[in-house]
Amino acid sequence: MSIRERLSGNEAAATAMKQINPDVVAAFPITPSTEIPQYFSTFVSNGAVDTEFVAVESEHSAMSACVGAEAAGARAMTATSSNGLSFMWEMIYIASSLRLPIVMSLVNRAVSGPLNIHNDHSDAMGVRDAGWIMLFSESNQEAYDNLLMAHRIAEHKDVLLPLMVCQDGFITSHSIETIDLVEDDKVKEFVGTYKPEHYLLNSKEPISMGPLDLQGYLFEHKAQQSQAMKNAKKVILEVAEEFEKLTGRKYGLFEEYKLEDADVAIVCMNSTAGTAKFVVDDLRSKGVKAGLLKVRVFRPFPAEEIAKAISNVKAVAVLDKADSLNAAGGALFTDVTSGMFVNDIHVPTVSYIYGIGGRDTKTDDIEKVYNDLLEIVETGKIDNPYRHLGLRTKGAEK
Amino acid sequence: MDKTNINNTTPMEDMTIGGIIYNAGNSREVKTGDWRSMRPIFDSEKCKQCGLCFPVCPENAIPVGQDMKRTDFNYDYCKGCGVCAKVCPFKAISMEEEGVE
Repeated sequence: MSIRERLSGNEAAATAMKQINPDVVAAFPITPSTEIPQYFSTFVSNGAVDTEFVAVESEHSAMSACVGAEAAGARAMTATSSNGLSFMWEMIYIASSLRLPIVMSLVNRAVSGPLNIHNDHSDAMGVRDAGWIMLFSESNQEAYDNLLMAHRIAEHKDVLLPLMVCQDGFITSHSIETIDLVEDDKVKEFVGTYKPEHYLLNSKEPISMGPLDLQGYLFEHKAQQSQAMKNAKKVILEVAEEFEKLTGRKYGLFEEYKLEDADVAIVCMNSTAGTAKFVVDDLRSKGVKAGLLKVRVFRPFPAEEIAKAISNVKAVAVLDKADSLNAAGGALFTDVTSGMFVNDIHVPTVSYIYGIGGRDTKTDDIEKVYNDLLEIVETGKIDNPYRHLGLRTKGAEK
Repeated sequence: MDKTNINNTTPMEDMTIGGIIYNAGNSREVKTGDWRSMRPIFDSEKCKQCGLCFPVCPENAIPVGQDMKRTDFNYDYCKGCGVCAKVCPFKAISMEEEGVE
């Protein structure tokens, strides 16, 4: 039997890390992820885990320590947010290019400036092309479950890529929800022990990692990373299937909520999906065929799968909780529409930037999006595809 | 797959993941001496075999025999950084511009 608990998102992440019992955790505190290493260091002090906790002086060092530990042959984890991730940026690329399956808990927060400590996805979007697998979590339960699945995906021989599990800062990280925990021994069995094929501390096989990789070689190594990302899709689904057998909880590349017969649909990530589900139910009770597609796996991006899933919808809104500041819509919007175009699926689609810097996104806001979509279906017109939700403007948005 | 023989014609499928090098000590194969713009000149007359120069050489380009005595530079690998000339107390190493007779 699973254990019924009530935990905040940060407690859920720390609990998952405790059960995983990694060899090394190196982390530096930053709001709103601070509690994760804080709780975890308590586990270390109490002897609940065997982990070597490295109290580093910066996030750059946190990721560097994880790179070193993982290269040496250890299982390494970290947690961060916002500017902490920005400060790791250089090492983020080293981790993925050296093919080190480090697992990070990323509690999403706006990247400054101006200074803001609240939730949006600009931190995650800043590393979306860095070669990390990125899983997004609607709830505390999903943040926990995604972490339990993380090492099985990242360490798979066809993948060997670092992985980050994202959840919304404060909205889930500091909210207490009921959660089903898997028993310690079952987690241990599911996650398994880390047995890297090649590692620096293997005295029987002296190797060199991270050598100079010039014109004759880097291209092929990047293509290998790209191939590993493609392989990851299959592995993510295999691990999810095994996880479902263990817990009964089903995960895919994305979740379709009342999407099958929907006329209008929203595509979004993380906690906003919970709000949107409430609105979908409400609209359905009024006879509106509303649906939702919640992206769980953002990298690798399931371009073809998403395009097919929304192919029968009459209008789509893609909600981005980070502005790409490119005057051409958010990152998720660009990925979704690109996936549709390449697969010859052409559904009227609009981009909404929303919730920046922790701006509250309420059911009324989500309902407005569905109403906008209904108008697009009715008139067949999209005046402005690049929109904002909940933004104060003088008159109509241009 | 022969992991010890990768070159710039090797297809990506046969290259090692992350560029890991499995044959230890293979930097010997890459002769970096032609990067040099300054050339150290060893004066065996002035050298007292004090042993200060070869430990500071980043390229291990100062050969040392069993008798712990150094011999002339290995120019296949010496990059001409000049650290050896700087530490020599007897001015037995002078730096000259490469290619100037």
